[in-house]
Amino acid sequence: MSALFDYHALAPELILAFTVMAVLAVDLMPVPKYYAAVTGLVGLFASIIPLLTLALCSELSFCSDNGARLLFGDSYVVDTFSLVLKGLFLVSAFISLLLAVGYVESDRYYQGEYYFLLLASVFGAVVMASSRDLISIFVGLELVSGPAFLLAGWRKGDARSNEAALKFFIVGVLSAAILLFGMSLIYGVTGELTFSGIRAATVGGELPAVFTLGVLFVLMGFAFKVSAVPFHFWTPDTYEGAPTPVTAYLSVGSKAAGFVGLLVICYSAFANMRDIWGPALWIIAVASMTLGNLIAVRQTNVIRLLGYSSIAQGGFMLAPFAVASMVEGVELEGALFATVTYLLFYAFMNLGAFGVVMAGMSKVKSAELSSWSGMAQYAPGLSMLVVIFFFALAGVPPLAGWFAKLVMFQAIISGAPNVWAVLLGVIAAVNAVVAFFYYAKVVKTVWMDSVPVEIPAAELGGSGLNPALALALGITAIATIVTGLFPGVLSFFGEATRTFASGF
Amino acid sequence: MFDSGWGLSLIVFLPLVGAGVVLAIPKAQEETQKMTALLFAGAAFVLSVLAVFAFDFGGAAELQLGTDRSWIAAINANYHIGVDGISLPMLVLSTFVTVLAIVYSWDHWPDPHNPKAFLALILILATGMNGTFVALDLILFFVFFEVVLLPMYFMIGIWGDRAEVVVPVLKLKTEMRLYASIKFFLFTLFGSAFMLLGFLALYFNAPERTFDIVQLSEYGQAGAFATAAGGWIFAGLFLGFAVKVPMFPFHTWLPDAHTAAPTVGSVLLAAILLKLGTYGFIRISLPILPDQAQDWAPIIAILAVIGIIYASLACLAQTDMKRLIAFSSVGHMGFVMLGIATLTDIGINAAVIGMVAHGLITGLLFFLAGSMSHRYHTREMARLGGNQKLMPIMGGLLGFTAMASLGLPGLAGFWGEFMALLASFNPLDGLPLGVFRTAMVVGAIGTVLTAGYLLWMLQKVNFGEPKEEWAGKEFHDVDAYEMAAWAPLVVAIIAMGVFPKIVFGATNDAVVNLVQQAFGG
Repeated sequence: MSALFDYHALAPELILAFTVMAVLAVDLMPVPKYYAAVTGLVGLFASIIPLLTLALCSELSFCSDNGARLLFGDSYVVDTFSLVLKGLFLVSAFISLLLAVGYVESDRYYQGEYYFLLLASVFGAVVMASSRDLISIFVGLELVSGPAFLLAGWRKGDARSNEAALKFFIVGVLSAAILLFGMSLIYGVTGELTFSGIRAATVGGELPAVFTLGVLFVLMGFAFKVSAVPFHFWTPDTYEGAPTPVTAYLSVGSKAAGFVGLLVICYSAFANMRDIWGPALWIIAVASMTLGNLIAVRQTNVIRLLGYSSIAQGGFMLAPFAVASMVEGVELEGALFATVTYLLFYAFMNLGAFGVVMAGMSKVKSAELSSWSGMAQYAPGLSMLVVIFFFALAGVPPLAGWFAKLVMFQAIISGAPNVWAVLLGVIAAVNAVVAFFYYAKVVKTVWMDSVPVEIPAAELGGSGLNPALALALGITAIATIVTGLFPGVLSFFGEATRTFASGF
Repeated sequence: MFDSGWGLSLIVFLPLVGAGVVLAIPKAQEETQKMTALLFAGAAFVLSVLAVFAFDFGGAAELQLGTDRSWIAAINANYHIGVDGISLPMLVLSTFVTVLAIVYSWDHWPDPHNPKAFLALILILATGMNGTFVALDLILFFVFFEVVLLPMYFMIGIWGDRAEVVVPVLKLKTEMRLYASIKFFLFTLFGSAFMLLGFLALYFNAPERTFDIVQLSEYGQAGAFATAAGGWIFAGLFLGFAVKVPMFPFHTWLPDAHTAAPTVGSVLLAAILLKLGTYGFIRISLPILPDQAQDWAPIIAILAVIGIIYASLACLAQTDMKRLIAFSSVGHMGFVMLGIATLTDIGINAAVIGMVAHGLITGLLFFLAGSMSHRYHTREMARLGGNQKLMPIMGGLLGFTAMASLGLPGLAGFWGEFMALLASFNPLDGLPLGVFRTAMVVGAIGTVLTAGYLLWMLQKVNFGEPKEEWAGKEFHDVDAYEMAAWAPLVVAIIAMGVFPKIVFGATNDAVVNLVQQAFGG
């Protein structure tokens, strides 16, 4: 490590920051607009390279140091945990960008700015993964949210898009305020900003009740970001109103950023507060999966359905947190592993699902489920993708989702024979069945219903897929199938983050 | 060939490869698709026959021809496969019936005609079924166990019966196929979600954490799970397997699924899929949780005989031939479960031969019911009648299969029923004798009822004069493809009836060993 500034450790962020600027610059040049997107894609790809060199540092001759790199007075840490999550953000941003290209080209949208904002938001997420103090994580989170507010309202002429942006903005600001308030309480009690400092300050000793309040406020702040029940009200409207590629990004990138914040804060700063956040997140997890699923069953619009489904999936990801207060050692690591692994699998499946929705909407011009009836008759390939992604989300083997669910259940059951762990397991199991019902409803509509009478099948199915969208669908579909058969491919990365729960 | 598990792996995955190849063939080339599907399913069958020859029957109690490799390191799940005397017959049955299903499909495509997708689904199904019978790792077992759901869901949902039904409770009007397919999936998924929780609890409760069925059996037989947690684990596994079997009161998905499914779907469902549940009991529940198995045995026995009686009475109330056969499955699986519940070598032997026999016989019955409704365009028994005169060969086969199904000595169905009853006269020491002897008597009454409804069905369908409405219509009797699909089943039913050693020769040592290890009997 160089004495002053570890350029290697910061290389992903630096390249990404440079890309963000480059995209704007390219947009001003007299070249086709999609060059900006290509610049963004190349930049994202380039910033993945230093992630690899950092991860394989011990194998490389030019790389001197191995292990966690602490920067800026322990505020910014580059360890395997952050590397894995940065990888997740960059890859899902790559796919989100691919999803967006055809969409923003198709109408009179500002293209360069779109890519700029998307990448800026991703930059925030990448920063969050390494942030280890209250201020930098807050700044990172706001950097994720700010551009996302704008993106949600990208369809200026559409009232629903405006509504989406406004709702998202107001709730986002509210949650930021709650989060900041919680952070200020914590700082007030401990006098520490870094997570390691807070962790050290909370060992053993009696803490005032106001500290507990601070912890709960911070949890609430992040609960808004991951749209957990009861902080989810903005989600369905925003998802439906926002442009679909933005929704895809919100449901994966921005949601994952919220989860990373929650993971980092809970497992490092509040590592000694597990008996506070464990039970609180138990309630939130159960509420999210149950309510999300039950409401999703009633949805008739595919995007709203995916919106509620993402709330429920969030509940599944929160479930391992809930047992963290009941277990120690390897099982505690297992809980972290489960959430991270779930995130990794979920990213591909959900981006794929949104990709399919976009492709489907380009065929039938509607996200209403009823208009998707009988799609298998005129678009069999696309309908096959519907099966792959929706059943993967449902967790049906051999598609990827089953493994995510498996590790989630494994983490929960590791808390047994604690009654709350068993109860959570049973609730999650019932929820998995309920969830299957609405995912299967989409598949049923596409494969088993007949084409609606008012749209003759001959009129549909003509236009081919946009190449960028097709590439995104290809990547996610292959990932969904391969990681379903060989989950080790992805769980390896989850495995690498395990020690974050105990490695202090 | 069978060294280090290659043979078994090929048996499992060749059909899956075949599904991929079939999907890659252009839609118009139906002949090529059929040939390809038959080729891959046939290869799996031939390999399974070769496996029988490679299998060392002297050591049938041992797991053979398998391998144990790392699969998902993160959770310690391995690709551990192998067969012993119990799984080998099931594996052969599975590959055998798959081939017959494809042969039968040759000329019998349900609407909407789409051979490519249909064949691909059969092949994916085959991978799931074969895999379940060779898996020796709980996670691997779980994956294969679930893989069968998807193709069956589509088979019922796309090619199923389009009659209108009103969904009970919800009062929604929908098509039979849609209702039956989702009901089938939700019931099974509900059971298997709890089964998975049970698997995970086994993992955490084992002295050394593992998903390996062999290792867990050893721990279980050393008393590692004789705790309060063990009872809950058994309950979870029970839910998973009992829904699949299906046992009373979890059976309600089955009549709907069977009735709605296209012929081949019903055949595969009855012949193989139901056995995944009973096989799970024998492979996982009994050896790993022997103490809980003894606690639960009376309950299982009682549910089994309730199932037998209930199914028989339900059969007597049916007007739809296919639905009658579906309910008869519940009854027959009741005998299998009764055999398992006795926890004796006779009982479990009875269960395995009962499984194979039921697979052959009920498979054939569904083939026949399918072909008949294809010709008459109805399954209402009141409208059939005189079938023997209209289609003598078909009628003769139906008579033969019904006799086999009611347990006529000399045909395959006899052994399972007879021995299950015999075993429940004298169950494992320590089990409540009163319960089992009562179960035996009730089960014996069940056999009478079984004979009753099957003969009643024969009388309505086969005998008498043809109804007015068929006058002047030409019915072509059994065609070549049907004959090719059915003749092997007929031969197997007779062979097993007169020479049950075909199955017992493989199963007996393994079963005796299982009972000895787990229950000391």
